[in-house]
Amino acid sequence: MKISELPGDEDSGVTCRTYVFQNESHTLGNALKCIINRYEDVQFCGYTVPHPAEDKMHFRIQTQETPALEVLKRGLKDLQKVCDHTIQSFEKEDY
Amino acid sequence: MPKLEEKPRVILEEFRVKNAPDDYGMADEKWNFKKFVKNFRIVIVRMDHSEMEFDLIGIHPAFANAFRRLMLSEVPSMAIEKVMIKNNTSIIQDEVLAHRLGLIPLKADPRLFEYRAEDSTEGTEFDTLEFTLKIKCTSNKSQPKDSFRAEDLYENHSVNSASIKWHPIGNQASVHKETDVGPVHGDILISKMRPGHELDLHLVAVKGIGKDHAKFSPVATASYRLLPEIILTREVNGIEATLLQSCFSPCVIGLDSDGRAFVRDARYDSCSRNVYRYDCIKDAVILSRIRNHFIFNVESVGAMLPNIIFIEAVKILRDKCKTLLDELNNF
Repeated sequence: MKISELPGDEDSGVTCRTYVFQNESHTLGNALKCIINRYEDVQFCGYTVPHPAEDKMHFRIQTQETPALEVLKRGLKDLQKVCDHTIQSFEKEDY
Repeated sequence: MPKLEEKPRVILEEFRVKNAPDDYGMADEKWNFKKFVKNFRIVIVRMDHSEMEFDLIGIHPAFANAFRRLMLSEVPSMAIEKVMIKNNTSIIQDEVLAHRLGLIPLKADPRLFEYRAEDSTEGTEFDTLEFTLKIKCTSNKSQPKDSFRAEDLYENHSVNSASIKWHPIGNQASVHKETDVGPVHGDILISKMRPGHELDLHLVAVKGIGKDHAKFSPVATASYRLLPEIILTREVNGIEATLLQSCFSPCVIGLDSDGRAFVRDARYDSCSRNVYRYDCIKDAVILSRIRNHFIFNVESVGAMLPNIIFIEAVKILRDKCKTLLDELNNF
C-alpha cells in the first residue's frame, strides 16, 4: 500500500486528515499541495518529508466541509489533467 | 516609466529582489484548470540529439520543479550494476574499477526493458544486458627503435569503453542491434595497464532510476531559469550607451546608428547587476524576471533524446497520480 492514514484525526470528522505516502517526496508533495491549497473550501494544506532517510511524505488536508479524502482525490485528478495537457501541448509543439 | 504588461515579475533592484506591487504571488489565485489551459504555452527553442532548450510559459513553479526533479531522479535508464571480476591484475582496485564501469552511459533504450525484481538472482532477456571486458596488455614486438611512447611500446596499454563486448542472452540478438546497446562513447578511458596486466570481467547492466544511484539518471543536466527582462526607462547615448552595453552579457544591449542603446534580446542575459555600479546609468534600467516563464535546459546522457526524456518525466507523474487514485478509490 502506498497511502495510509496517520492516526489521531478519527474523532474530528472527515474534514481533516494526514495521509502518509510511501516512496514519494517533494516532487509529488509540492505539486499536489500547490493545487489543493488553491481550492475554494480548503482551510489548510501542507506536506512534509519528516526524515530525509525515510522514503515517506506526510500530506495534511483541513477543510470547512468537504471530506479530506474527496479533496485529495480531486487534487490528484487535477494534477493528472495538468500532466496530460502538458504532454499534449509538448507533442503538438514537437510534431 | 513605461507601463508594464500583465505578467508577474520579480524586479532585481540594487540591494534587493522585489515583487511587483500588484503581485500577491501565484499561490493566492484559485485553482482553475480552464484558466491554466488558456495561459499555458510550450515553445521549443532549440533541439538536437543530445541537448534541448524549451520554454514552459504560464506554469506554476511547483510543476516546473516537479518536472525537473522527475527528469533527474525518476526517469529510468540502463547502467552496469554488477561486475563479476574473474581476473584483475591491473593496478586499479576491483571496487574502483566496478564503480568506474557503472558510470559508463549505455545506449540501450530503457523503455524496451523491465525492472529486475529485487529478489531475482538470474537476469532474463527482458531485464538484463550482459557484457564482457577481456583484455590483456603485452609489449609490442614490432616496436620502432628509440621510441619511449607508450603507444609504441605496448599493446592495449589503455582500456577504453569500446572494448566492452555485448553478449546477447536469449532472444536479445534479434530484438536489439549491437550498435544500440553498448556504451554511448567508445573513448571513455577505463584503466591504464602495462605488460602482464590483465582484465577479465563479466558485466551485468540493469534498468534503474536516478533516485537509487546517479548513474541511472538519463540527463547530464536538467535545469530551469526564469526569463530575464530588461527595460530602458530613458534614452541612453554615446559613452553611456557603450558603458551600458558592457554591463550585460554579449548581444543583450544593441546600439543603433545614432549610438542610442536598445534592448536587443534579454533572454540570454546572465542577470548580473553590474549596471548598479554606475550612478550615471543606474536610473535608466529596470531589471526583472518573468515569474511564470521557465526556460528549461535538458542535456541527455545519450540513451534517449532530450524531448523523450521530458515526455517520459511528465508521464511518470501522471501515472503516479493514476495509481494513487486507484488506490484511494478502494480506500
